[in-house]
Amino acid sequence: MSAIWQLLQVFLVLAVAPLITGWVRFVKARLNGRIGASPLQPYRDLYRLLQKEAVVAHSASWVFRAAPYVTFAAVWLAAAVTPTFTTQLVLAHAADLIALVALLGLARFWTALAGMDVGTSFGGLGASREMMIASLAEPAMLMVTFSLSLISGTTSPAQIIAFVLSGGVGVEVSLGLALAALLMVGIAENGRIPIDNPSTHLELTMVHEAMVLEYSGRHLALMEGAAMVRLTFFMALIGGLFAPWGMALEGDGPVGVLIGLGAFAAKCFVLASGLAVFETAIAKMRVFRYADFLGGALLLGLLATIFLYLSEAV
Amino acid sequence: MAGSAPVMTQMSYDMAHLIGATVLMAGFQLLYQRRLFAVLNTFAFQALALAAAAAWQAHIQNAPHLYVTAAIALVFKAMIVPFALHWLVERLGIHRTVETAMSIGWTMIAGVALVALSILLVLPVTANASALTRESLAMAMSVVLLGLLMMITRRNAVTQVVGFMALENGLILAAVSAKGMPLVVEISIAFSVLVAMTLFGIFFFRIRERFETLDLGDLETYRGDRQ
Amino acid sequence: MIGHLSQLPGADNPLLWILGVPLGSAGFLAVLRDWRVAAWVNVLASGVTFASSLVLFEHRPEANKLLFIDDFNIYLVVLTAFIGLTTAVFSAAYIARESDAHRLSDLHLRFYHSMYQAFLFTMLLALTANNTGVMWVAVEAATLTTVLMVSLYRTREAIEAAWKYFILCSVGIGLALFGTTLVYLAAQPVMGDGADAMAWTLMIKRAGEFQPDLLNLAFVFVLVGYGTKVGLAPLHSWLPDAHAEGPTPISAVLSGLLLNVALYALLRFKMVIAANGHTLTPGPLLIMMGLSSLFLSAFMLYRRGDIKRLFAYSSIEHMGVITFAFGMGGPLANFAGLLHMTMHSLTKSAIFFAVGIISQNAGTKRIADIRGLTASHPVLGWGFVLAVLAIAGLPPLGVFMSEFLVVSSTFARAPLLAVPLALGLLLAFGALVSRLQMMAFGTPPLGGQSHGEAGTVSSILALTPLWVHMSLVLVAGLYLPAELVSWFQTVARLLG
Repeated sequence: MSAIWQLLQVFLVLAVAPLITGWVRFVKARLNGRIGASPLQPYRDLYRLLQKEAVVAHSASWVFRAAPYVTFAAVWLAAAVTPTFTTQLVLAHAADLIALVALLGLARFWTALAGMDVGTSFGGLGASREMMIASLAEPAMLMVTFSLSLISGTTSPAQIIAFVLSGGVGVEVSLGLALAALLMVGIAENGRIPIDNPSTHLELTMVHEAMVLEYSGRHLALMEGAAMVRLTFFMALIGGLFAPWGMALEGDGPVGVLIGLGAFAAKCFVLASGLAVFETAIAKMRVFRYADFLGGALLLGLLATIFLYLSEAV
Repeated sequence: MAGSAPVMTQMSYDMAHLIGATVLMAGFQLLYQRRLFAVLNTFAFQALALAAAAAWQAHIQNAPHLYVTAAIALVFKAMIVPFALHWLVERLGIHRTVETAMSIGWTMIAGVALVALSILLVLPVTANASALTRESLAMAMSVVLLGLLMMITRRNAVTQVVGFMALENGLILAAVSAKGMPLVVEISIAFSVLVAMTLFGIFFFRIRERFETLDLGDLETYRGDRQ
Repeated sequence: MIGHLSQLPGADNPLLWILGVPLGSAGFLAVLRDWRVAAWVNVLASGVTFASSLVLFEHRPEANKLLFIDDFNIYLVVLTAFIGLTTAVFSAAYIARESDAHRLSDLHLRFYHSMYQAFLFTMLLALTANNTGVMWVAVEAATLTTVLMVSLYRTREAIEAAWKYFILCSVGIGLALFGTTLVYLAAQPVMGDGADAMAWTLMIKRAGEFQPDLLNLAFVFVLVGYGTKVGLAPLHSWLPDAHAEGPTPISAVLSGLLLNVALYALLRFKMVIAANGHTLTPGPLLIMMGLSSLFLSAFMLYRRGDIKRLFAYSSIEHMGVITFAFGMGGPLANFAGLLHMTMHSLTKSAIFFAVGIISQNAGTKRIADIRGLTASHPVLGWGFVLAVLAIAGLPPLGVFMSEFLVVSSTFARAPLLAVPLALGLLLAFGALVSRLQMMAFGTPPLGGQSHGEAGTVSSILALTPLWVHMSLVLVAGLYLPAELVSWFQTVARLLG
């Protein structure tokens, strides 16, 4: 059974990702007083891009051509093995939080290389900023991982979820702090306001978009798709780790799985809407403030770990 | 005070710690801010969390006088003081950005070090006390030290004053977490805060009369010791 | 709260008068318009307070949960009331001249008198409180009242001094409150919730059962907190400015009384620590802080150009010596510390009385501009000489006696420490005497205001307190009443 759920999940994350991104854009538009495109628009965008010819610069190397595939594959894999609606996944034991961080890092690395590959200045700009953000965001995420593992004794999200659902931990201050840290890291990794404006056209303010400026056609479709799947991945992770109710555990039948699917949909809906509201309410930060923001995330993660010792949950 | 035995379950502990941690996080947020109005708003939030902590302690310790402390923290420190400081800042035309003696990143790191220090100091020393006391005390001490850090690393008189009030928040947090501490202390603390605030106002006007800015860097040039 | 109200003293209890009169007159003086009448009301109120405190010798009230009198605070209460009275007399004369010179407005003066009585009230409350919380409140209120008075002259320096005083002492007070909370937490498992766990008389009996680690941590906070108010180095930076910038009567009571009250609070906690046998002995900490205060101020004395600042540093020096004595511990050193507290109060306030008149006469506070006092104003000048020699530690005056006791007990117990102690004392002596020589002898500056020594009421009023204090110090150097000695000895034993 777990193989079936695994297969379902692999295609589910792919299918749902553009809808989530579309929903975020839709809510933002409505909050801005615009009618906005339909939430299904990203599907049409991706389809359109796939039809188009991929134009590659003369100075590009094989890295430029390979990067979209590697990036997409890494992110898709990360999203496919994280429990979204059930923990009964064949590959769940391979999904270790640290491995997931590494997969995301791999994707980021290749994107940055691609950005620098063509030799344009904006590409380098985006790559360097992305790496700066990563240098602070990854330790923060690892700190969150540490505190979660200290509580539950394992780094596998599936087992953490099972532990939390079995009542192993009450209202913990550390969990609150870890949640805050993970939210901040999620914003940074996905290039959302206040770190990066995904819909900006001003190159000097871009981080993620700058790296993919040179892409077109199917390459661009893959990069866009990777960004959407990454957002889905983070929502699944946050929703699963910190609000695991509804998740179908080991031994639950199809009914449990249906409930899990419903819960997953609800969590994504809430998180996507919340993200849209947050992005509308807050302004983008200047680049030299990134260190403060992400330093704050790192310190929150650090405090989450320290507080575990305080409350002797360790 | 005679009453029924206090309700101390795991849930009471967890809530108390959660609220205490909110006060502490607000303390960090105070260190993080770069704009003066944001500092004042964060301080109001910290006072709000303090009021919640006092009210919760009143509930679980079955000590009604702590509700008074909560009310004072709510009305005075969460509403009147930020409002008054807001008005002062506007009236005196004080520089709106926070001038720091140490960069914000290092300040936050120092803050985390202080939290770790508090935990290291308090936990072994209170080995025989109840868990509620230990955690609350460690958090209260952290808030006090963070307030002190804010006073040391900020150069504007208004932010120094806010740092001092943050320090007082930590003190009150410690006092309400100490089971059964008598009324005298609580009202007295509130009394002192009240009078202190009146003084602050007087000072700000006098300082303004004398100096054009509340930057304490200028204040320091008149070191009478050099006579 | 109602429960606490029942603890207030009844009409036959001298404590009611001692506390009620200053509080009531503070309120009355706040509304009284004429400052001349106010000055006399001030003196009268202080006189009544002093008389009530003398009653304590005859009849000690029962200790209750709010207030108490024992061997430690009885003489401090009387001393505070006495110095409050003499300073009020001096203040009446001093303020008259300040008002004539238009340095202070009527509103300021009304405020000043009211705050003076309020300040006395808070100090007396701190001394007689049987509740650590009430004592804390009283010390904080004392700080607040004096902060307002330090900034009375509204000059730039005064405001900076008041701001520094306010910030540093408030932080100190805050830390002291944290220490107080920790002591309560140590006492609470043993003595139950509520006011019992904060009462000195009850705590001292069962202090042996408190948890030592918690008491250690608490004492560190208390030491840093109340130590800031005592003016111990390195927490002293507010003291020279605050003591120098306010009106001189305020400098007198700050140096003479408030430092004592803060030290009293510290020592009460030390008694609790000493009663619990397993805590870390705070002696080395106190010794270190005392010695650093002594040396720092001894060196600073050489470079001071402002007369009030000079004697403010001298206060730091003496507080350092006293702290050192209490850090040494043992019956003799503790006795010496207690005696020194008393002698220093009397002498330092006398010095500030003299300094006030001197600076008013000369129109300046700079030492370089003050010369030939014994020639131009003999009564004042020789009184000043006597006072400075006393504070420098010359026999047979009281201060010498206590310093001698400290040095000799240190020689007996830890000879190595006696060397820096004696060295510091000698340094301070040298600085003070050289400054004294500059100011008191030589030819007076030409064209300086030379008020005749004719017995104008104002100058008699101003000079009497000085001479009264000095005669007391002189007598104490030769003879101490037996009761006082026995009180000192009891407390010395309790301090461990």
